[in-house]
Amino acid sequence: MRLSYPPSVKIIRVPCTGKVDVLHILRAMEKGADGVCAVGCMEGDCHFNSGNFRARVRVAQARQILDTIGVGGERVKMFNLSSSEAPRFVEYVHEMHAKILELGPNPIKTVTSKAA
Amino acid sequence: MIVADRKPMEEVIEEIRDFKNILVLGCNECVTVCEAGGKKEVGVLASALRMYFLKREQEGSPAVSISEHTLERQCDHEYLEEIRQDMDRYDAVVSLACGVGVQFMAEKYNDTPIYPGVNTCFMGATEERGVWTERCQGCGQCILASTGGICPIARCAKRLLNGPCGGSTAGSCEISKDTDCAWQLIINRLEALGRMDEYETLSPLKDWSTDRAGGPRKVVREDLKS
Amino acid sequence: MSVKTPSRLEKILAAGNLAVTSECGPPRGSDPEVITQKAELIKDHVDAVNITDNQTSVTRMCSLAACIRLKLMGLEPILQMVTRDRNRIALQSDILGAASFDISNILCLSGDHQSFGDCAAGQNVHDIDSMQLIQTVRRMRDEGKFIGGDDIKRPPRMFVGAAANPFADPFEIRVPRLAKKIAAGVEFVQTQCIYNLAKFEAWMKQVVDRGLHEKVHILAGLTPFKSAGMARYMKNRVPGMDVPDEMVKRMAGRPKEDQAQEGIDICVESAQRLKEVEGVAGFHVMAIEWEEKVPEIVERAGLYPRPAAA
Repeated sequence: MRLSYPPSVKIIRVPCTGKVDVLHILRAMEKGADGVCAVGCMEGDCHFNSGNFRARVRVAQARQILDTIGVGGERVKMFNLSSSEAPRFVEYVHEMHAKILELGPNPIKTVTSKAA
Repeated sequence: MIVADRKPMEEVIEEIRDFKNILVLGCNECVTVCEAGGKKEVGVLASALRMYFLKREQEGSPAVSISEHTLERQCDHEYLEEIRQDMDRYDAVVSLACGVGVQFMAEKYNDTPIYPGVNTCFMGATEERGVWTERCQGCGQCILASTGGICPIARCAKRLLNGPCGGSTAGSCEISKDTDCAWQLIINRLEALGRMDEYETLSPLKDWSTDRAGGPRKVVREDLKS
Repeated sequence: MSVKTPSRLEKILAAGNLAVTSECGPPRGSDPEVITQKAELIKDHVDAVNITDNQTSVTRMCSLAACIRLKLMGLEPILQMVTRDRNRIALQSDILGAASFDISNILCLSGDHQSFGDCAAGQNVHDIDSMQLIQTVRRMRDEGKFIGGDDIKRPPRMFVGAAANPFADPFEIRVPRLAKKIAAGVEFVQTQCIYNLAKFEAWMKQVVDRGLHEKVHILAGLTPFKSAGMARYMKNRVPGMDVPDEMVKRMAGRPKEDQAQEGIDICVESAQRLKEVEGVAGFHVMAIEWEEKVPEIVERAGLYPRPAAA
């Protein structure tokens, strides 16, 4: 459809958001990502039954951990949509992008980029 | 198995805040089953701690390195020896093993401070994922034969041997609706086994000398010692 | 029945009279006047007085000290002893302390869990349970021996009691449990306060069918409601308590200023009905913080004057 969204968004494809682990989210943030989102099917319509429910719980756990250590849980979010809803996907990406700009860069980033 | 629960992260951070080379060490047995200290939990804690210290570094504190490893068990000499040559690298260890593992580590690695990463709770079983309940308190003289296989010492809040007390209500203990009255369970079991006549047999005074009261305990099997 | 102790309560029961006991809660402080004043209100209307032992796990002056004070006043105390707070050494020790003042009655209980009281973070002991405490007192008295087997110099001579709760769950073992206490050596029981008279009578019938009423003296517990609110509270919030709806309705049906008297009336009616029940050997009137009403209840129930001390 050739809809555009910010180039700073990196897409990692998984067969189901149920595959996303708490550790994946944390390691992404650890390595300097400013934000992470899990994008899955509508609740009740998971292609593999309940994978998106598992993802929801894990996203919540990751948010809580990130809040505890002061990095900020709002940098991680879950979105649900149907796989045919391209415009909605772009909408969510823009929403997340705006949110991250507002929050600023990942507070640990200056150090990691120094170390790099 | 031994059931433990993760310590709040703030508490762990407080324990290790002054160190620079920290090892987060997990255990593959009980704490893995109760999802408190296995490889997964080690990974999550280590990642969170790294981010915490990176953020602190940004604010001017010295850099901190967090390593991670999981042993098969922390309550046997052989497994603890596996990390002998690496231990010089660390100035502190957060052990996610139960209290036994933490102590055994501390005994073996006398010069390195070992901090607990979980709260060890009780000997119990998995009722369902995410719910673990107590079953045994290690009194040293098992009486399960006379109570239909249900332990009043571990499961009665007053460890009555001739229960129930007057507070038992609709199968629940007086302390909480969510806690079963152990004696109701015992009576149900005796009924199911057709042994209700045993209910009126008086249970004698317990010898608590083999329990915690008698002091730290030891089991020795002469036939197994080398 | 012959008597085994100097207990006035035992003598009155042995003579075939209906006995009356009541109870006092010690203060949350060290003022002895609280106990003496409560005792003065009821002393001519009861045969013996329980002193509660850190009831509901709320820390109070100890039962033993308050019992001694009653004894020195010339009253007949019943030492309530819970197994929650003391190990077997302390229990035997306190029994001897009580016996040194010739306190002749003891009530053996487990005690409410400490989470109900003011020290929820504390340990509990439960070294022995209430049945084992009954056995212990009987052994100290009848064999003159400590738990450990040594001889006791001047053994305690106490009349041994326990609590019974016809309303606790599970109902099917309420009678076997009484039988078990009798086998342990109990000589009198005081029941939990009775509001469901029919259920109590059903329990008594089973007790009588087994002949247990001849082996133990059963004192029926009575507590007057002070208000409809109290009736509701006891119905919904107190474990092991059975308050029928009709009784709550009856209390609620009166205007606030008349509810206290209604509560007393219900209590008196219950006493009059229970006097006729086979196996009831007396009453245990618990009017906590309302001791001044005990004389009215005892008199209107036709239980005054009390038999002279034998």
